[in-house]
Amino acid sequence: MSQNFRLPTGGRVNRAKTINFTFDGRRMSGLEGDTLASALLANGEHLAGRSFKYHRPRGILSAGAEEPNALVGVGADEGHYSPNLRATQVELFEGLVAESQNRSPSLRYDWAGVNNLIWRFIPAGFYYKTFMWPRGAWTKFFEPRIRAMAGLGRAPRAPDATTYAQRYAHCDVLVVGAGPAGLAAALAAVQGGQRVILCDEQNELGGSLLSETDAAIDGIPAVRWLSETIAQLRSAGSVQILTRTTAFGYFPHNMLGLVERLTDHLPGAASGPRERLWQVRAKQVVLAAGEIERPLVFPDNDRPGIMLAGAARIYASRYGVKPGQRAVIVTAHDSAYRAALALYQAGVGIAAIADVRANPQGGWVDLARKAGLPVRAGCTITGTSGRLRVTGADLAPLAADGTVGASERVSCDLLLMSGGFTPSVHLFSQSRGKLVYDEALGAFVPGAPAEDCWVAGACRGVSLLSEVLADGFAKGASAARAAGGGPVPARSFATTQAPATGGGFAGALPHGKNPASVRAFVDFQNDSTAKDIKLAISEGLRSIEHIKRYTTTGMATDQGKISNMNALGIATDVLARPIAQIGTTTFRMPYTPTTFGVFAGYARGDLFDTVRRTPVHHWAQAQGAVFEDVSLWKRARYFPLPGEDMHQAVARECRAVRAAAGIFDASTLGKIEVVGPDAAEFLNRMYVNAWSKLKPGRLRYGLLLREDGFILDDGVIGRMSDECFHVTTTTGGAARVLTMMEDYRQTEFPELKVWLTSTTEQWAVIALQGPKAREILAPFVEGADISHAAMPHMSVVECRVAGVPARLFRVSFTGELGFEINVPADYGRAVWEAIFAAGQPAGLVAYGTETMHVLRAEKGYIIVGQETDGTVTPDDAGLSWAIGKAKPDFVGKRALARAGMGEGVQRKQLVGLLTDDPQVVLEEGAQLVADPAQPPPMTMLGHVTSSYWSATLNRSMALALVKNGRARIGETLHVPMPGRVIRVTITGPVFYDAEGIKLDG
Amino acid sequence: MLLITCPFCGPRPELEFGYAGEAHVVRAQDPREVSDLQWTEYLYQRSNVRGVHAERWRHAHGCAQFFNALRDTTTDHFVATYRIGEPRPDAAVEAGR
Ligand SMILES: [Zn+2]
Repeated sequence: MSQNFRLPTGGRVNRAKTINFTFDGRRMSGLEGDTLASALLANGEHLAGRSFKYHRPRGILSAGAEEPNALVGVGADEGHYSPNLRATQVELFEGLVAESQNRSPSLRYDWAGVNNLIWRFIPAGFYYKTFMWPRGAWTKFFEPRIRAMAGLGRAPRAPDATTYAQRYAHCDVLVVGAGPAGLAAALAAVQGGQRVILCDEQNELGGSLLSETDAAIDGIPAVRWLSETIAQLRSAGSVQILTRTTAFGYFPHNMLGLVERLTDHLPGAASGPRERLWQVRAKQVVLAAGEIERPLVFPDNDRPGIMLAGAARIYASRYGVKPGQRAVIVTAHDSAYRAALALYQAGVGIAAIADVRANPQGGWVDLARKAGLPVRAGCTITGTSGRLRVTGADLAPLAADGTVGASERVSCDLLLMSGGFTPSVHLFSQSRGKLVYDEALGAFVPGAPAEDCWVAGACRGVSLLSEVLADGFAKGASAARAAGGGPVPARSFATTQAPATGGGFAGALPHGKNPASVRAFVDFQNDSTAKDIKLAISEGLRSIEHIKRYTTTGMATDQGKISNMNALGIATDVLARPIAQIGTTTFRMPYTPTTFGVFAGYARGDLFDTVRRTPVHHWAQAQGAVFEDVSLWKRARYFPLPGEDMHQAVARECRAVRAAAGIFDASTLGKIEVVGPDAAEFLNRMYVNAWSKLKPGRLRYGLLLREDGFILDDGVIGRMSDECFHVTTTTGGAARVLTMMEDYRQTEFPELKVWLTSTTEQWAVIALQGPKAREILAPFVEGADISHAAMPHMSVVECRVAGVPARLFRVSFTGELGFEINVPADYGRAVWEAIFAAGQPAGLVAYGTETMHVLRAEKGYIIVGQETDGTVTPDDAGLSWAIGKAKPDFVGKRALARAGMGEGVQRKQLVGLLTDDPQVVLEEGAQLVADPAQPPPMTMLGHVTSSYWSATLNRSMALALVKNGRARIGETLHVPMPGRVIRVTITGPVFYDAEGIKLDG
Repeated sequence: MLLITCPFCGPRPELEFGYAGEAHVVRAQDPREVSDLQWTEYLYQRSNVRGVHAERWRHAHGCAQFFNALRDTTTDHFVATYRIGEPRPDAAVEAGR
């Protein structure tokens, strides 16, 4: 194709530079400066996509961010593919590959267009209704079919091959939108001595000035004024100009999110990030976001070739494209006359200007009449013809009483409409500023702001160019002053006086037909019609938010930019209440669809989240350890020998610990140093245990509750001296516990002299467990006697291990004789390797977290978060013995005394389970019932919390929380599983060495 | 992202802070003295204000101090921040914002 609809002159395109691209595989060409939409139109292509629900052919409606129809997928390969881009915003570049969406097999022949024939059966609320009835119809019948046919673009099939950047910025004044208002605001803010960021979503600054061919500003043509103003701003040195940058969100405290598109408009493989997220904190914000033209709602208002009047003017004047040969214009607003004149001058035949107003008047109307354009006052449109392109408009006289006369078909290949303009109040509304309905304007405009922000120009309903410029300058000056800048004298802008415009319409045009037989689209992207909105209201929905959700009007990716006001107009007619009373729906970020990639930024792959590694990590890695994630930590799970699976490795590790010795990296345990004259009293108030009488050199198992009486954390605590405790916490609970302790220390017990320091990262912790642990360790210890007599179970001593200062704990989480060697983290690996090597003759093995879990479960030791779930009390877990009963208070004590927490209530208690078949390993989380034959819903008595194969017992075993469990020991319960029921016997929770003899080796 | 003024460090981005629930929820000096109902209210009942809400924040990635704040829950704007132990700023402060 050869751009048959390109005008010989005019526009901001570079006629010397032809750009080749493909659309649905067809090769086409455009010019540098084109968007995909303008290039398609230059080639005579209006058909750009299929609609969401009915698969109706749809054309290019607009020329900007509000485009609901012409959504395309762009990208030469899957790693660079983006769905749902608006063709009106996709800049053309050499080699661009674009495809239409929502069509099958092709845009022109679409099988799902059959939906278009059965549309009477897909009314508003269809989803809600079929979801309710008939039972099962939704999941079995409707959903699979709807998923196949509905929806917009498809997700890329490969990971995103591009990268994204993120940046924070501060400025005095952020100006959003670089049309005439925004430019004037930036000029004023700079004059006030302020640091300014000026952003605009388009590829060049100027906004409406980019298609301004008539006006002059301060005596020079508008386009020259534009380039001079930009040069002035650039040379000021205090303005950061961001083009291709959309302000998508307005967050509290004047923080705005901007997305700067860096490479999507460039041909070939671009280097550097694709987009950059700016998080801008501005002292003052000027919103100059402009306005969006409204379509008119009339029967079959969605055929390709039907376009907003203002968009058609932009295509002619900015891109030098003739959007058709013969146009019919339907309008309720004067600006369409300006569009008609521009197209007429570009050589487009004007078949009719149908104005629904009885007596249109004003400068533009006069100019059109003077040019001989056929104006039909008091005229409406009752329908259109054409399939893949509009071929005619049915125009009919509209009487003052609303009756519609006989219609006349007027042939055309371009049908333009204008229902007036809707100010772009999205960001203002996001900032929680109040919107007020302006009767004269027929639109919502910004009222009282909630943030330090100013609104200028068309987005508050100012339309005349000279007034827009003056308003922008005044708001920029006010913002500069409020940001702390100097006063800026007021400035006026002399413009050649273009006629003022007025008019507007919101709602559905009268058409005189049976309303059941026509489709007049309100929301083009979601295929919702005037009839749908009326149906929603007749079914009892009154709130505009409910109507919106029921009909999905305004819920597509364009967020109702085009549809909101017409939906309101229809609702106000049917409900017979003024728009001001109905109100408008809430605007939410993002203003336009935003990539997930820009939010993820650098946080992908290895950088997705913080990774914590222990000092022994790389040794374990070299040994072939398999790791698991425990909070942010990487922990060695097991150390398989060649040919071993996890089951075999864990069984071998377990046997070695029980028979000889094992070495385990416990460095991830949380550690808190609690120091001060009141350290013991502080721990008395925090933990359930009594600490005052614990002697220096002794350890105690500490249990920490929340104030509601449920277990939060546990860990062994050592008293190093009268005023110093070495507290350990669970791996995942370290930060939570320190925060809670700090909270009580700072806010509830400020009188206590105690200091808390996180030492998790400072200590490497090497657990040495097993009957041979002492003989392996002894040669490394200096300055301490570790014999059983000198150092019994649950004691701690400061000494040197392998020449390194150490806090040596005699403690066991396996049930065997055990030590935990705390050494400064930097020495952790050296000490570990020395002990590991020395222990080899004795049969020492390294074991991981999986073996640790099995060994502790054999002993009935709980793991917080596995045996507990935030509803387990100390008694439930069999840990009442830990509570210091004589203490007046500790966190959680009062709650334990509440009804329902203790005696006389059948709470779930920790027990052991043995399956009848010793080979069967239960699933963790499986439910326990007494009567497996009970019809559902069955009475659940509890659930399995931990379940393993025990090499020590040579059978399976499990821990469980069971209602009244301790009284049920010996009973048989059942675990219903798919296809079978497993019989289990309840036991005590300790499976191995209940007497604790092994703890002493 | 909110901008929060730590009473010790000055204005800092929300990222540095942790939210810590409603302020001025007093733990009884001697919990044994209070009824089950009072303790239940202490544990679970919160005011859930629409408007100016007294709440606690912790400057976790800064001075690590807990402090109190008055924040309007309808706008997310802070009326005041003040140290633990200081009384809630009086109504005049709220009225004068
Ligand atoms: Zn601070």
